[in-house]
Amino acid sequence: MTTDNNTMVEITNLNKWYGKFHALKDINLKVTAGERLVICGPSGSGKSTLLRCVNRLEVHQAGTLTVKGIELTNNLKRINEVRREVGMVFQSFNLFPHMTVLENCTLAPIWVRNVPQKEARETALKYLERVKIPEQAYKYPGQLSGGQQQRVAIARSLCMNPEIMLFDEPTSALDPEMIKEVLDVMVELAETGMTMLCVTHEMGFARQAANRVICMDQGEIIEAKESNDFFDNPTHPRTIEFLSKILGH
Amino acid sequence: MLANANYWLKTNLFSTPLNSTFTGLTLAFLILVVPGLLDFTLFSAVWSGGPDACRANTDGACWAFIGARFPQFVYGVYEASERWRVNIVLAIFFIGIAALAYEGTPRRNLIALGMLVVFPIFSVIMLSGGVFGLEVVTTTNWGGFLLTLVIASFGIVVSLPLGCLLAFGRQSDNVPLIRTLCIIFIEFWRGVPLITVLFMASFMFPLFLPSDVTIDILLRAMVFFALFSSAYMAEVIRGGLQGLDKGQYEGGESLGLRYWQSMRLIILPQALKIQIPAIVNTFIGLFKDTTLVLIIGLFDLLGTVHSSIADPKWSIPTVPYSGYLFAAFVFFVFCYGMSLYSQFIERKYGIKGHT
Repeated sequence: MTTDNNTMVEITNLNKWYGKFHALKDINLKVTAGERLVICGPSGSGKSTLLRCVNRLEVHQAGTLTVKGIELTNNLKRINEVRREVGMVFQSFNLFPHMTVLENCTLAPIWVRNVPQKEARETALKYLERVKIPEQAYKYPGQLSGGQQQRVAIARSLCMNPEIMLFDEPTSALDPEMIKEVLDVMVELAETGMTMLCVTHEMGFARQAANRVICMDQGEIIEAKESNDFFDNPTHPRTIEFLSKILGH
Repeated sequence: MLANANYWLKTNLFSTPLNSTFTGLTLAFLILVVPGLLDFTLFSAVWSGGPDACRANTDGACWAFIGARFPQFVYGVYEASERWRVNIVLAIFFIGIAALAYEGTPRRNLIALGMLVVFPIFSVIMLSGGVFGLEVVTTTNWGGFLLTLVIASFGIVVSLPLGCLLAFGRQSDNVPLIRTLCIIFIEFWRGVPLITVLFMASFMFPLFLPSDVTIDILLRAMVFFALFSSAYMAEVIRGGLQGLDKGQYEGGESLGLRYWQSMRLIILPQALKIQIPAIVNTFIGLFKDTTLVLIIGLFDLLGTVHSSIADPKWSIPTVPYSGYLFAAFVFFVFCYGMSLYSQFIERKYGIKGHT
C-alpha cells in the first residue's frame, strides 16, 4: 500500500459484525491532513461504529485501517501509539468526575507523554482559554453545565496535541441553548487546520466547516461528496430522504 | 419550644395507631431493661479490690476483675519485662492511624508509606525480637488485644489491594486464563467457612510441607485469614467496577492511557469511592472474625477474656458477664469508630464528584 505523508486515515474494505449483524460493509475511506470530514446518516447506520474503529474502541474483523501509517491490529503498543495522536470527544463527555477540570486535562499528558507537571498545567490552561472556560479550571465536572463539560472534553483531547480529532455526536446530549457554544469551538478548531472526523447531525456545522460529507446507511457509505456539492446535489435517494427529514423542519 | 416538641412527638412517634403501639412497646422495653443495665454496669458495680470485693457484691459488674487482668487482655502472655516493646508498637500504630485519619496532617503520603512499609517491618522486629539484642518472644506468647490488632490489620492491609487485583482479574474478559483463576480463587475462599479455613491453616497445611519446614502458626493463620478476606473484598470492589459507566474506560483508552494507568488513575478511585460503605462493612466483619482464631489455640482479646474467666480464684457469678461485656465494649468502640470514619469520608467525597 502506498501511503504518502498527507494521508491521515486510510480505510480499505473494512467490515465489522456484531454477532450476525453486519455493522460495517466494505468501507473505503481516505482522509488527508487538514481535512474536515462530516459523517451523517440515520441512527443505526454505523457511523459511530466507523468512527470508533479509527482509535480501535471498536475492533474490525476484516479489511485494513491505517492511521498515520500505523495499521491497527491487536498490537496494543501500536494501538496506544495511534490513540496518543488521535483525540476523541464523546456524546456523553466521559470526563473523569473525581478530578478537577485541570486534572482532567493534565492527566494524559503527564502519564502518557511524560510532560512535566508545570508544563502540562500551562498547556491545559492555554487550551481551556481557547475553549473559553479558563475560570472553571479548579471546579469538578459535576459543577459545570453540559456545554461547558463538552468544551472541557475538547480541551482535554487537545492537550495531547493530537493530529486527528474524532467527534462522536458531540452535541447530541446537550440542551439546545448549549449546542452553539460547542459548535463555535469546533469551527474555530477547524480553522486551525486540524484533521477532523465528525459524526453529527448539525448540518449547519457541516456546511460551514466541513470540506467533505459522507452519508451512511445500513453499514455502507452511500454518498461521499465535497460539502457544498453534497447539500446542493445529493444523488442517492436515501441521502435525499435523510436530508429532507433532518433539514425539513 | 413546647409546641415544637409536641409537634415532633406527634409526627414522629404517634402519627398512626400502629406507630403509637410501637412507641409504647419500645418505651416499655427500655423501662424494663435500661435501669437494670445501668445499675449492673455502673451504680452497683465493683470498681476496685480483689475477688473478695466482687464475691461480697454480686448485684453489680465486677470491673475489679478487668482491672486485675487488664495487662493480660492487652498483651496476652507476652513477657512482662518486654511489654514496653508492645507499647511502642501500639503507640506508633495509633498515632499513625490518627495522623492518617486527620486530613490536615502534613505529608500524609509519606506517613502512609511509612505505616504501610516501614512500620510492619519495625513491628515484626520489635514484637518478635531476636535481633539488635532484643530478647526473642515467640508468637505463641502474643495474645490479647495485641493479637487482635495484628491479625486484623494484616487482614485489612492485604485484603484491599489483593481484592482489587482479583476484581480486575475477574473482569478481564479478554484474558480467560487469569479470569478463570480469579474466579476459582474467589469462589473457593467464599465457599468455605472461616473456621474451616483456620483449621486448614492449623492442621492440614503443615501436612503438605516437608517435615523439616515449619511455618509459624500465627503467620499461617494471618495469611489464610487475609486470603479469605480478599475474596470478599474482591466481590465488593467488582461491584464498584460494574457501577461505573463504560464511558470512563473509553475516556481513558481514547487518551492513550495504558490498562494499569487507567485502572489506577480513573477506574479504581471511583470504584473505591462508590464502595466505601461496603468496604468498611467488610473491614468491620473482618475485625470481629479475628475472634475465631480461638479455635486454633491463638488467644485474641476475646479468647484471653474467655480463658481468664476460668480462673478458680475469680470463680464468681458476675465475672463472666463482666468479662464478656468488657470484650463487647472494646469491639464496639473499634467497629463503631470505623463506621463513623467511613460516614465522614462518604459525606466529604459525596459533595464533589459524580455528575
